[in-house]
Amino acid sequence: MKILVCISHVPDTTSRISFTDNNTKFDTTGVQFIIGPYDDYALARAIELKEGSGATVHVLNVGLNDTEPTLRKALAIGADEAIRVNAEPTDSFFVASQIAAVAKAGGYDLILMGRESIDYNSGVVHGLVGELLSLPSVSPVMKLDLDGRRAKLAREIEGGKEYLEVDLPFVAGCQEPIAEWKIPNMRGIMSARTKPLKVVDPVSADGGVKLTRFELPPPKGAVKMIAADNVGELVNLLKTEAKVL
Amino acid sequence: MAILVFVESAEGKIKKTSVEAVCYAHALGGPVVVIAFGHVDQSELEALGKYGAEKVLHAADEKLNKGIIQAYASVLGKAMKDENADVLVVANSSLGTPVAARVAIKVGAGLASNIVSLPDTTSGFVVKRSIYSGKAFAYVELKGQKKVLALKKNAADIKEVGKAVGVTPYSVEVSHTDLAVTITSSEQATGEVLLPEANIVVSGGRGMKGPEHWPMLEELAKALHAATGCSKPVSDMGWRPHHEHVGQTGIKVAPQLYIAVGISGAIQHLAGVNSSKYIVVINKDADAPFFKAADYGIVGDAFDVLPKLTEAIKRAK
Ligand SMILES: Cc1cc2nc3c(=O)[nH]c(=O)nc-3n(C[C@H](O)[C@H](O)[C@H](O)COP(=O)(O)OP(=O)(O)OC[C@H]3O[C@@H](n4cnc5c(N)ncnc54)[C@H](O)[C@@H]3O)c2cc1C
Ligand SMILES: Nc1ncnc2c1ncn2[C@@H]1O[C@H](COP(=O)(O)O)[C@@H](O)[C@H]1O
Repeated sequence: MKILVCISHVPDTTSRISFTDNNTKFDTTGVQFIIGPYDDYALARAIELKEGSGATVHVLNVGLNDTEPTLRKALAIGADEAIRVNAEPTDSFFVASQIAAVAKAGGYDLILMGRESIDYNSGVVHGLVGELLSLPSVSPVMKLDLDGRRAKLAREIEGGKEYLEVDLPFVAGCQEPIAEWKIPNMRGIMSARTKPLKVVDPVSADGGVKLTRFELPPPKGAVKMIAADNVGELVNLLKTEAKVL
Repeated sequence: MAILVFVESAEGKIKKTSVEAVCYAHALGGPVVVIAFGHVDQSELEALGKYGAEKVLHAADEKLNKGIIQAYASVLGKAMKDENADVLVVANSSLGTPVAARVAIKVGAGLASNIVSLPDTTSGFVVKRSIYSGKAFAYVELKGQKKVLALKKNAADIKEVGKAVGVTPYSVEVSHTDLAVTITSSEQATGEVLLPEANIVVSGGRGMKGPEHWPMLEELAKALHAATGCSKPVSDMGWRPHHEHVGQTGIKVAPQLYIAVGISGAIQHLAGVNSSKYIVVINKDADAPFFKAADYGIVGDAFDVLPKLTEAIKRAK
């Protein structure tokens, strides 16, 4: 059983976002990078499956060499091997094409990733990879259990949950509570240093989509405080000023 | 060239975000063809003409009653060919977005999701997307003729521009491989305002102290015809179902009004609410970070303020 987990390398959730070069480049000054929170759930579930049934877990990132500490962290959490496709992740189609190429060559039984990345928030890479590989794709998956080659899943839908079944191999975009985030321990950190981290060249792929510039939202105006014993005033403001009632 | 719109329904009714998608397509120009799957009320489908649909296709095959990503994508890919459509518009959702991705590969289209407004077509076709969990925007150019667009809530205003149209049955063949995923059962809240669709959201955090106090929030939500949401610890502790969890790792809402009660306003929570038009914060701690992101704030005890606010709303109606 081989599992591929796709990891995005994204700014910590508390980061202030800013841009340089005339709003064309993300400003990394002072920004901490982490494994995407949803990808972290996918990884945690993969490690649980490994511990339960002896699967091999590979982690994959499409990125330049500054993402290697993030991949090492995934190794410290328990992945057996890391693969980095040496390219800037310019758009979803490009990233998905790289994942599909690695997945095809590696013959994986299960391809796990996050339901969405927290930098581009596209929520599409799992669908793209599924279609590129002609495999089923399911997202957002909040429960994943294996019974031999049959998987039992729960998927979140608006206002509820859906339970489904599908045979391996397939692609899943994961979210909580599929597993609890894992924190690397000392032994994991030590062993991660010697685990293989392969660097491979990208395949060419052009989705015809080009990011032209970034923009920050306008700053928020000051808050209007209302006394707790004067809720009528709040209702009045919501009616006449905000006009939302 | 036609524009195809995939509309979703819940309990037979077309979702509001899908009506927005129809309005978006109408504003793009070009004949709008709408397609719906499974069981939907006919009158709801006919009414889409009012929002600009020239043709409404209904693939009523019962195999499509439940949202299977692969099957929906195949039918949409085929419908784009049949209708000679270069553009597909869907509303971002747990179903719509992954389906859009698969269709983009099938038809070789440029893909953009989380789109917040109509495109700029002065030179090329440039859409504005919400990124970094609502903390920024990106302008993205789609170069090819074919495009698949997934819209965030409020990307287009809902406007009536025409009148009801007839519904054309659309017959489909769903292949075995497209049904590789079997949906065995589902649980869904009925008769409630769905969180991602709601115009008003009333949300509670750990400051609500326990699930036994939620009726107080629900009273306010009922008075406002609002959906209820919560912070992550609240769903982690099982006080509320996971699908009500708002934030970075939960639902991103974009209502007209978000009322946060007993939520501190951690940056990960704000990431799910920063697209709200107005934010009201009720918290007993005047230094709670949420006040910085709010339009209106009340420093006070939730258990004291909530019943009074519900009363005041009822009186104002
Ligand atoms: C990677 C990551 C992702 C995350 N994703 C999310 C997410 O998606 N959504 C999310 O919500 N959180 C998320 N979190 C957690 C987040 O950091 C906060 O821990 C969480 O939002 C706090 O929830 P809270 O405001 O309900 O609780 P608390 O921080 O405990 O705040 C409770 C608030 O209630 C107030 N209060 C107490 N009693 C009363 C009373 N009687 N009346 C009025 N006010 C009262 C207090 O003053 C306080 O401000 C994430 C964290 C991480 C690290
Ligand atoms: N550069 C990348 N390298 C590897 N996996 C990625 C990359 N970008 C996105 N992914 C995966 O694809 C998922 C969905 O991303 P997105 O479609 O961008 O929201 C993420 O949660 C990751 O698991």
